[in-house]
Amino acid sequence: MSELSVVGTRRPKVDAVAKVTGRARYTDDLRAPRMLAAKLLRSSRTHARIVRLDVSHALALPGVHAVLTGADLPIAYGILPVSQDEHALALEKVRYAGEPVAAVAADDEETAERALALVEVEYEDLPAVMSIEQALAVGAAAVHEERPTNVHRAAALEFGDVDGGFEAADHVREDIFFVHGNTHVPLEEHATLAEWDGSKLTMHTSTQVPHYLQRALERVLELPTSRIRVIVPALGGGFGGKCDPFSHELTAAKLAIVTGRPVKIALTREEVFYAHRGRHPVLMRVRSGFARDGRITAMEFRCLLDGGAYGSYGAASMLYTGALQTTTYAIPAYRFEGLRAYTTKPPCGPKRGHGTPQPRFALECHLDKVAEELGLDPIELRRRNLVEPFSWTVNHLRITSCALEECIDRVVEASGFEEKRGRLPHGRGVGFAVSAYMSGAGLPIYANELPQSEVQIKVDRGGGVTVYSMATDIGQGSDSVLAYLTAEVLGLEPADVAVVSADTDLTPIDLGSYSSRVTFMAGNAAVEAAERMRALVLGAVAEQLGLPLDRLVLRGGRALDPGDPESGVPWVEAIRIAAASRGPLVTAGSYRPPDLAGPYKGAGVGPSPAYSFSAAVVEVDCDPETGEVRVEKVWVAHDVGRALNPLLVEGQIEGSVYMALGEALLENHAFRDGVHLGPSLLDYKTPTALDMPEVVSIVVESDDPEGPFGAKEVGQGVLLPVIPAVANAVHDALGVRVDEVPITADKVIRALRQGRVGPKRLPDFPFRDAVRVDPPAQWRAAP
Amino acid sequence: MMRLPPFRLLRPRTAAEAAGLLASSGTDTLAVAGGTDLYPNMKRRQVTPRTLVSLRGIDELRGCRAGEDGELRIGAGTTLRQLVADPVVTSHAPALARAAALVSSPQVRTVATVGGNLCIDTRCNYYDLPEGWRASIGFCLKAGSDVCRVAPGGERCWAISSSDLAPVAVALDAHVRLVGAGGERMLPAAELYEDDGIRYLGKRPDEILADVIVPPGRGLRATYRKVRQRGSIDFPLLGVAAAVRTSEDGACEEARIVLGAVASRPVRCLEAEQALAGRRLEPGAIEAAAELAAAVAKPMENTDLTPLYRKRMVQVHVTRALAELTELG
Amino acid sequence: MTERTLLSLRVNNEEATVPVAAHRTLLELLREDLDLTGTKHGCELGECGACTVLVDGEPQLSCLTLALDAAGREITTVEGLARGADLHPLQAAFVELGAAQCGYCTPGMLVSASAFLEANPAPSRDEIRAALAGNLCRCTGYVKIIEAVELASARMGAT
Repeated sequence: MSELSVVGTRRPKVDAVAKVTGRARYTDDLRAPRMLAAKLLRSSRTHARIVRLDVSHALALPGVHAVLTGADLPIAYGILPVSQDEHALALEKVRYAGEPVAAVAADDEETAERALALVEVEYEDLPAVMSIEQALAVGAAAVHEERPTNVHRAAALEFGDVDGGFEAADHVREDIFFVHGNTHVPLEEHATLAEWDGSKLTMHTSTQVPHYLQRALERVLELPTSRIRVIVPALGGGFGGKCDPFSHELTAAKLAIVTGRPVKIALTREEVFYAHRGRHPVLMRVRSGFARDGRITAMEFRCLLDGGAYGSYGAASMLYTGALQTTTYAIPAYRFEGLRAYTTKPPCGPKRGHGTPQPRFALECHLDKVAEELGLDPIELRRRNLVEPFSWTVNHLRITSCALEECIDRVVEASGFEEKRGRLPHGRGVGFAVSAYMSGAGLPIYANELPQSEVQIKVDRGGGVTVYSMATDIGQGSDSVLAYLTAEVLGLEPADVAVVSADTDLTPIDLGSYSSRVTFMAGNAAVEAAERMRALVLGAVAEQLGLPLDRLVLRGGRALDPGDPESGVPWVEAIRIAAASRGPLVTAGSYRPPDLAGPYKGAGVGPSPAYSFSAAVVEVDCDPETGEVRVEKVWVAHDVGRALNPLLVEGQIEGSVYMALGEALLENHAFRDGVHLGPSLLDYKTPTALDMPEVVSIVVESDDPEGPFGAKEVGQGVLLPVIPAVANAVHDALGVRVDEVPITADKVIRALRQGRVGPKRLPDFPFRDAVRVDPPAQWRAAP
Repeated sequence: MMRLPPFRLLRPRTAAEAAGLLASSGTDTLAVAGGTDLYPNMKRRQVTPRTLVSLRGIDELRGCRAGEDGELRIGAGTTLRQLVADPVVTSHAPALARAAALVSSPQVRTVATVGGNLCIDTRCNYYDLPEGWRASIGFCLKAGSDVCRVAPGGERCWAISSSDLAPVAVALDAHVRLVGAGGERMLPAAELYEDDGIRYLGKRPDEILADVIVPPGRGLRATYRKVRQRGSIDFPLLGVAAAVRTSEDGACEEARIVLGAVASRPVRCLEAEQALAGRRLEPGAIEAAAELAAAVAKPMENTDLTPLYRKRMVQVHVTRALAELTELG
Repeated sequence: MTERTLLSLRVNNEEATVPVAAHRTLLELLREDLDLTGTKHGCELGECGACTVLVDGEPQLSCLTLALDAAGREITTVEGLARGADLHPLQAAFVELGAAQCGYCTPGMLVSASAFLEANPAPSRDEIRAALAGNLCRCTGYVKIIEAVELASARMGAT
């Protein structure tokens, strides 16, 4: 790999200058001639039947152009085919305070707001359902009346001989944990601008998933996708919060069609909290059996998710709370029972780590407790159970490149963990945890056999290269990654490569920026397209110059024979030669992950072409009198396969650590009396610059055989170990356990008095007998 | 985008002129200086004044001066950023500068004023959210309904005094000069506040807070501690101002302990203060005083973290404040 | 109709004269009347710092500033930081060190940092944290932002 000139180097992102000069245009920065502003009327009730809805006074207000209600958009939708349970505007019933009920398009926002006040809604209240316990209680009000219970989805799966594993165990331990919900808080409030020219709809919108939004628009508006163009301008942060088709997008589109004028909806910060789709609150029980030497003999997880009012990604979220525990530890027998309940709250969905941070928190705290009971060093306990590279897990996940052990070694050494654990003064402590995450979901959201990502490359006569991809840069730098990969293959500088992205008219399919899939999937597609371009150009050059093709490379802006640096031609000349003999210089590449799903229902969640691995050490300083936990320093080692740009990798590591610390200590998407406790940036505490500790990022490279230049994911996985590492550090510091996050100061004080703060039991639920799945043929029990 | 409701803006040049405008313009007229408290409240439609009287153009409200006797006079229009940096303030009333430095964020401190912080609206997490949200809880006493959501049985509003400067001003025995349409008067800082979340100020609506006068220190040592979840931006969950004067042998001649954010006004801990009288500031005395101080605090469930926790923190932070003052002595 | 006053101010060294209503904020004026959309908004309630601009060199929240209170003032937005085609040292450092991810907090961060370095050319890391504590970022964990301010400070001190 020593010949790489772009990959592996620290360099700016391709959009960096636009972003520091204010030139980058985000959705709300856009305006169109004759544009109207629209606002949504939101439910003031938590759970209620809409008895009467009269918009006549609103419609009569001068300056108002259209008013919509649920009846105008009656077709249900949802991001997952199995959960088509949302409406753009509530039909008959509202299921959370803040749910959109009506929409007004007017000359400006102020007029639209005045009109909203004139909409008359009469509600008949229904009982609120605000927790997992309430949702599952006998006689609970039905959030969706057509369903017999509030259980949205449930699953019970068993891999290997779980009962036998527990019987063989020398030691069995059970723990219960709770993760309160939290939310993404992208700094950019969601916005959308819809335009209708009489036959075609164009949406500029802040989404991470233009393709899926296009499909939802197709369904709800009954327009063919050929008449729908979705464009994502610069996007001000997503973290999973802009992965669903949203009410405001469908409503703005309909209003544009109805009025014949461009319509913009820009959510307020309060509304962003209602749009939500954030981290599910999850109540968890983990039980494991261990042999005397610390080897896991069996494990079972029961996870109860508080889903909020609608499905969103919830069917997948629920399965994710069970899927990835086996990707770090060689668990020989594993049972998972999961359930997602409907409640009358804004729907939860995917937030950075989607469904996996909650069980990872539980698992890594549980393992520390087990280690303590067994008298084992917590790291040694983990080492004895580590998953092996190029192996299969008992639940049919294929592990390929894996440098988890190196991650552990590096982070333990850098932090001085072993010297510090149990040896720091009272109030100070260190905690450790590991995790793994997918480099893209192996299966698309809707069943199909098609590529998940396609990339086209066009070369113009001046030598400029343009890469076309629907991958959506949400700040993580996917445009840059596509430019780097293309430049690397073609021997150019990234500055020579223009990236056109996230436009459904101009760019070929990419499923979107979720599940850490873009670098791996769009990246592989880009590499393939670029390699085809290279072959095309070099083939023509070889022919023209009479050189053997296998001696030619593209490097440093030339097509040349590396053995004869004086040979060859400049890139511009090379492409002229190629264009003359080969015609249009256009190539395409695509990527479809290998078929990896196991032979059981639910097996679509968890497989990925590659997993990243992380290990974290957190050092805390706790004030035993105030309960305040101050994180002093965080060390993270992350197996990213290959760092395509170490600067961006570090940025993702640091951002993940930050988001994890917010979740671990501060952030809580809480409700009181059926209503969001504080939908504002004052009430919902995101860490400030003064709350952020030093971060030591250690980039570990395992050179994945299937990743583009060996790369794997880095955007999400690092978040996972940090949260349990904080909890474990608090325990090391104070000797008490807070088995729920966020670990706020008041809980630490309570724990100091009681020894532990956390849930004591799970509500009863009669899971069906687990579906027994044989381990994969390639799986072998540990010797 | 959250936008301000329409209003008329008046720009008087003197405090007396401003007071006259406030007196003559009726109840839907409000004074505004920095606006960092009022404008968010207006954007959330908690208040929708028809007329605003801007105090920004009034030169006499600016500046900090120390008299020869050591008396400190702070113009209410002084911004918190100016206050923090003013050597007159940092030498004569460092606790006030410390409290000002802990208010909100750097950008807010650039425009927020001393007068504005002292008169800051009481806060409650049943109240300080947009109108649609308030509608979803059925509004509250402060928002015009007839029920307090924090204590539904009672008849008063329990919104919290959230000024960082107020506890310090009270602890320093500061006075405020009020300029009204009918003339001006001096008021002890403690009397500027009423124990009611709605009518929380003991001044007439036409009166403008013009100056804060801090008496000569004469050996008074003071400090301020602020509890909040984040290092910035947040309002206090608890503020503890403490001021003590000790004799040469270390005995406490005078002590004032004032709590912020535990009630609708700053709360003086009189019993705790008395318990310190004549005693040296040693751990035993401090602990006893802190316990008495905590007994006074009755935080409610209307801001971040639990009331029980906030009450417990009174004891911790009064202890720490007094310990700090011991070290300073 | 709402009464409007003719407002004159200087924005990024250019005169601007605009009729504005009393309740119009500087944020709305910049973005909607002057098309200076580089200044962002994340809450419009003074809680996030995204809308920070300089008013006579001091960082203020444009969402809580009346446009009329900017009369006769010199306003600097992110669009006014560069000197022609030359990036401000802070902008250059943000580019080089990857301090802008989604970029949405970046304009406010840069503006806050520029006023801060003007007043405190050689700050400590803790001073930088405190100076930027009113600007929320969700992407970077502030790490590269703080490093970029340090780099810019070093370079500005060196010239």
